[in-house]
Amino acid sequence: MAKTRAPLDTKEQPGFRGVALFCLFVLYAPILILMIFSFNSGSIVTHWEGVSLHWYGTAIANDDFHSAAKNTMIIAITATIVSTVTATLAAIGMTRVKPWKGLMTAFMVINLPLMVPEIVTAIATLSFFALVAGKLGINLGIGNLIIAHSVFCIPFAYMPIRARLEDMDLTLEQAAADLYATPWHAFRRVTLPLLVPGILSGMALAFIVSFDDFTITQLVAGPGQTTLPLYIWNQIRRPMTPEINAISTILLMVSIIVVAISFLIARKRR
Amino acid sequence: MRDEPDTSAIAIRQVSKVFGTGEDRVTALAEVEIDIRANEFFTLLGPSGCGKTTLLRLIAGFDYPTTGEIRLYGEDIARLPPYKRPINTVFQNYALFPHMTVGQNIGFGLEMLGRPKAETAARVDTMLKLVRMEELKNRKTSQISGGQQQRVALARALAPQPKVLLLDEPLSALDYKLRKEMQLELKRLQHETGITFIFVTHDQEEALTMSDRIAVMSKGHVLQIGSAHEIYDKPSERFVANFIGETNFLEGEVLAVDGASASVRLGAGATVSAGVPDGFAPKGRATVVIRPEHAEVVAPSGAEAFAGTVSNVVYFGTDTHYYVTLDGGEEFMVRRQNSRGAQVFDTGARVGVRVDDGAARVLRD
Repeated sequence: MAKTRAPLDTKEQPGFRGVALFCLFVLYAPILILMIFSFNSGSIVTHWEGVSLHWYGTAIANDDFHSAAKNTMIIAITATIVSTVTATLAAIGMTRVKPWKGLMTAFMVINLPLMVPEIVTAIATLSFFALVAGKLGINLGIGNLIIAHSVFCIPFAYMPIRARLEDMDLTLEQAAADLYATPWHAFRRVTLPLLVPGILSGMALAFIVSFDDFTITQLVAGPGQTTLPLYIWNQIRRPMTPEINAISTILLMVSIIVVAISFLIARKRR
Repeated sequence: MRDEPDTSAIAIRQVSKVFGTGEDRVTALAEVEIDIRANEFFTLLGPSGCGKTTLLRLIAGFDYPTTGEIRLYGEDIARLPPYKRPINTVFQNYALFPHMTVGQNIGFGLEMLGRPKAETAARVDTMLKLVRMEELKNRKTSQISGGQQQRVALARALAPQPKVLLLDEPLSALDYKLRKEMQLELKRLQHETGITFIFVTHDQEEALTMSDRIAVMSKGHVLQIGSAHEIYDKPSERFVANFIGETNFLEGEVLAVDGASASVRLGAGATVSAGVPDGFAPKGRATVVIRPEHAEVVAPSGAEAFAGTVSNVVYFGTDTHYYVTLDGGEEFMVRRQNSRGAQVFDTGARVGVRVDDGAARVLRD
């Protein structure tokens, strides 16, 4: 029987395997080493002494870690909700309307933050809050961070939701209207349920982006508003212990779990 | 031609639809006038781009006419949104809700109308029985075949008992055998429900076999409205004669007109008596059409309309096509059923062509 293979199968190119393995190694070896050393019983990051959960215990008992984790979760969850709702409304408003003149501009305005260097956004955000605090005397504390995160998460949440809306068969909404569904009912019973996988991807993306943001948070955060990335950053300026590895590993696990859950729910609904 | 407005289920009055502005202006429909009677199976027939789907969308409410009225039993609905029209649609791609079961799809319309749950449930079961899908009620729509999806789409559109059912080329995605089966099924459903069907297709055979009446459309205009017989036997325009079935076009000169028939001298020699479209008075040069099965190839006796030479013979099993080059130079095709004892002519034979009485028609052109 003849082999049914595409005429140009990249896998068959010479050196493919080597390049692929090298890329995977560069990407994942450092992470793997970081995770392995989080189970080190010794107190030096680069010197293996034995297997132990000691540093996880230390991390979990650490009050600073607790408060950083709490701040991170408050910010990330609030920002995820706010940005996903905003992004969903924006995506609907931009795909379910008659094309208008400013549509392309609006699309660019929403997505531009993805292209602006983050440090620029960070400094702009910092100046903005400084101005608001100076001129109006308003300082929302951790609210500043929540606002900043909500805003920069919007384009991340927006992309998968818009993609899903654009892929959706428009005749489904017409069919709903044809079957006596008012615009609200058509949205509630047809568009929204079909949009759920896109919304979940958007939420997961927004959560991850907020969860591990460093640059903007570093500039905007006031005293007592330390998040996990900031906490880790502060720790490595001191003599490092495997506690950092343990905390980083916990962070990584949270990310993986969030992505996996959203992926599984999205796949189940398909 | 026009019926009394009150007897029409749908009356299309001077409906035009223009897309775009300035140089991009495209007239999709130009002052269309159609009356569709209650309980009839009405077909909009035409090639792609003729405006038939645009007209269907205007009736459904997915788009609004630029000018004109669409009356549903006398009431102008042209500006109502689709969810306020008692009209349902079977979409070309079915547009079944993928996140609902077959039963939920069928019940959707009734649910949106706010009917009691028990009534909806009973109606869903009735519809499932009507389209013979009882055992698939709880399946997801992705788990059933194309033909079954078609039936669900029909049941879903029929469940709310609309006054008019619109069908947008619903059979085009099915294979030949299934399509034949569904044609009969659609006729049966129309008969059993008594609902007015407006069916859109580009398939002339489908239109002829299923419809009570047909409107033939081209480039945004309705060219002719009539029963399958009228459209086929008495085409009034070249486009209609050409689009539906095969036919012979012969050029000639009008000698005299007497009411519904005209005497035309054809370039091919003979003078024939040809039917004339309603309200049309031909004069000067005119085109006459004769269907291939309305003529007969015989041994030449001099008494036939035309004489000529057989240029080609194509055997089709049930019938044979004779291509005859008439003495005037024109090609003429005759279709003859292969009955026993029929005389056979070979290529090159001299023959006479006899034309049935009343078979010739003058085109409005």
